Amino acid sequence: MILGRRPAAVLALSALVGLMALSLGLGAAEIDLRSARSDAWTALVVMESRLPRTLAVALSGAALAVSGALIQALVRNRFVGPDTSGTSEGAALGLLAVTLLAPAAPIWVKMLCASVAAVASTALFVAIIRRLPRREVMLVPIAGLVLSGVLGSVVTWIAWQTDMLQYIGTWLSGEFSGVTAGRYELLWVAGGAAALAWLGADRFAILSLGDEIATGLGLRAAAVMRLGLVVVAVVSALVVTTVGMVPFVGLVVPNIAARLVGDDLRASLPIVAAGGAGLLLVCDIIGRVLIAPYEIPVGMILGILGAAIFLVLLYRSPAHG
Amino acid sequence: MIRIESVQHHIGPAPILSDISLELPKGRLTALIGPNGAGKSTLLRLVARLERLQAGRIAVDGQDIARTPTETLARSLAIMGQHNNVASRLRVSELVGFGRWPHHRGRPRAADHAAVAAAIEAVDLGPLAHRFLDELSGGQVQRAFLAMTFAQDTPWVLLDEPLNNLDMAHARALMARLAGVVRESGRSVVTVVHEVNYAAAWADHIVAMKNGRIFAQGPAEQVLNEALLSELYGTPIEVSSHDGRPLVLHHHAHSEAELMIRVAS
Repeated sequence: MILGRRPAAVLALSALVGLMALSLGLGAAEIDLRSARSDAWTALVVMESRLPRTLAVALSGAALAVSGALIQALVRNRFVGPDTSGTSEGAALGLLAVTLLAPAAPIWVKMLCASVAAVASTALFVAIIRRLPRREVMLVPIAGLVLSGVLGSVVTWIAWQTDMLQYIGTWLSGEFSGVTAGRYELLWVAGGAAALAWLGADRFAILSLGDEIATGLGLRAAAVMRLGLVVVAVVSALVVTTVGMVPFVGLVVPNIAARLVGDDLRASLPIVAAGGAGLLLVCDIIGRVLIAPYEIPVGMILGILGAAIFLVLLYRSPAHG
Repeated sequence: MIRIESVQHHIGPAPILSDISLELPKGRLTALIGPNGAGKSTLLRLVARLERLQAGRIAVDGQDIARTPTETLARSLAIMGQHNNVASRLRVSELVGFGRWPHHRGRPRAADHAAVAAAIEAVDLGPLAHRFLDELSGGQVQRAFLAMTFAQDTPWVLLDEPLNNLDMAHARALMARLAGVVRESGRSVVTVVHEVNYAAAWADHIVAMKNGRIFAQGPAEQVLNEALLSELYGTPIEVSSHDGRPLVLHHHAHSEAELMIRVAS
């Protein structure tokens, strides 16, 4: 598949706009989007429910995909994502701890605890894989899966002991049916963190060439690594606290983008972001349509669709220059 | 000039470099030679601050590498390491473009693009500039990394076995190019070379290392003699002369060949 950067970006952007419009038009209430300006009821539905949900899905998808591209660059391995590197589980653990210890804490404190715990667990993942033999590429995702599994079981065990299983259920499986105005705005911060990552794109791309090349080019490798970890962790923590864990986006989308346009992050991150938003919108829309007026959680659709897309990608040869 | 003073290096209890003091001349092509495990790469990596300096002092044109900010050093010296396998899917032009990063730090200008194009031309990769690295052969990837190092356009260029993976034509072209860079632009090149004859043919200055120490140093015709090389590599080596430069005949020796025949019969 041969795709220049500009056509790829235009294609991704127009698909994204179309999906967002589709998402705005879908829902239990029958409304006509064109009358939103004149009709108060339509405006209410759009502004309170449809638009927040659409934006929440798009922001989560974009931010998760970007953080996936970042973590892949930081650990120099294609087969990891924020959901398989202990990041999301770390965030859930932090969130659980603060909920137990200080239940009345304001939401930003909870968010901060989740972020700090996510940074810690991701740093632990990086420390673990640095000790693995370089040639064993597949050990990295396996180590990530094991770490995620262990942290996940700790979360479940504590929740079980403290009678909070139902509570954590909302974090462990992401879905967007509860999103309304006033309950998703923190995701803009996740979007902001992803935008910050784009500003540092060259640094991350250089770091992905290895510490030695990065040092040779005058980059402080450790500082770039820290910045990357913070971005990845903050994005995951915000998404987990607001809508719950969303699997696959951070793994699949960066891989698709790398196959299409390569790994020069400055050029590819916007495409990664658009792709993540688009994929999550598609899954959310399918989940809303299939058994309407009921919904299938987005994570389930994503699992099926994501796996299928990934398999197709693996069997197709990558783009040539 | 690169001034190396009393540098020692250990990995665990094992001494890799012992008490190295050395001056690498400016405006020359210097070849580091010596048997495997002599410490050539370690010394080069210490100078390029890829390895933390454990003891001693190194200064590049008067800049102490322990105190000079790494981004400043990146405009004074460029290094190409031995292991250039990259997992990223980058095009040749993108990789070489990163060589300009110490100069533009994210905002490339026309001069940067020109330098990248020139560096790609210099290693003969022009037609492949838009190819992804994972579609190239080992030698082509090696040349792409060389181009990145050239693009960095620093007064000092350090190369750790740049001839790895290169065929005869490209190996000779690279050495000729390095000699040309030194002659025409007054830049300084320090390169680890395994095949002594490339050092013999092109280097102005030779530093021979053995067991973590400086074994000998000086102009090529002075260092590359039979007694010294035989002792350096621990095997009998003949040195002849060709075109006024030493020619090292290391791949076969009369005495050994006779020995083999005698053993066979």
